[in-house]
Amino acid sequence: MNHSNHVVSSAITAESIADSSVVAPEAVAQYALGLGDDALVLAHRLGEWIANAPELEEDVALGNIGLDLLGHARSLLTYAGTAWGKSEDDLAYFRGESEFRSRQLFEQPNGDFAATIARQFIASVYFAELYRGLSSSQDPTIAAIAAKAVKEVDYHVDHSVQWLRRLGLGTKVSHERMQRGLDAMWPFVDELFRADPFAAELDGIAVDPRPLRAAFDGLVPRLVIESGLSVPEVAAARGGGREGIHSEALGPMLAEMQVLARAHPGATW
Amino acid sequence: MTSPGDSGGRETWPLWEVFIRSSRGLSHVHAGSLHAPDETMAVRNARDLYTRRAEGVSIWVVRASDITSSDPDAKGEFFESPQGKEYRHATYYKESEAVPHL
Repeated sequence: MNHSNHVVSSAITAESIADSSVVAPEAVAQYALGLGDDALVLAHRLGEWIANAPELEEDVALGNIGLDLLGHARSLLTYAGTAWGKSEDDLAYFRGESEFRSRQLFEQPNGDFAATIARQFIASVYFAELYRGLSSSQDPTIAAIAAKAVKEVDYHVDHSVQWLRRLGLGTKVSHERMQRGLDAMWPFVDELFRADPFAAELDGIAVDPRPLRAAFDGLVPRLVIESGLSVPEVAAARGGGREGIHSEALGPMLAEMQVLARAHPGATW
Repeated sequence: MTSPGDSGGRETWPLWEVFIRSSRGLSHVHAGSLHAPDETMAVRNARDLYTRRAEGVSIWVVRASDITSSDPDAKGEFFESPQGKEYRHATYYKESEAVPHL
């Protein structure tokens, strides 16, 4: 796609990675695949809101966030694919459920608007910490993708915090729904901050998610309580997304996401 | 007289008018309108709706019902009165030879 605006076109994109001669080292590609899947799965979930959000303006807001995440996914999958001669589409559309490495929070069904906000709030705070760390990665492509992403996810945090406050402190119904949303998503927080098996060998390139938990715990419970809500006390889900273990929600989502590309391979429009 | 954005109670969120200052612009220019529950969300919705292609560096929002507008039916007395009053333009006057440096 051609952009006349230099502000838009100077940042790294999936196209600029594909057009360059950069090839991801095998271990980096394996790591990028997991990060790309996280972003792709959440982007698709947000896309499911299009034409369904409570107001047209919120439709656009969720769509924008989804498109930002899709941009991260495209760059990360394109970069991963350079190691194996595969395109972003090969990786997005022609892998099965157990080959997806996304962590389980991202595939959780949208539920109502409050549940989506709860999921987005948790995810965005995590992404902000992750990409802030990755922006100084020794791998220049990972660092460039993260540097672009961090500005976007900072806005995603702001968007979900605004709604967390309004729903938490709004009416009795909005408060109850926001709490239910947090309760539904909270079991999947723990997995985000477990060791990433594909980061183990990548000192200085990957970010170990475990130390990011401190920043999450310093911010999120405070914001939840300030919004008149309680921090859920629920058992952690078993996780395993990076190893291809998913909740029952991912399969049907992938079926819908992949059906067109599989029914008409190579189709363009 | 109704205010712009008065929908007779059909909308649950009030209407806001959005003004954007572009990176090279000196003043904020009306970009359009949108619905939002309050002014903070209105600025965010404006960011999502009107600055997606790097159009701006500053956003103002104002509740549409807070704008008082001129009456469209009063066009004659409001806007046609200057006709025939060319002396209100500087070009109406002849340069005086006695006044230098004009």
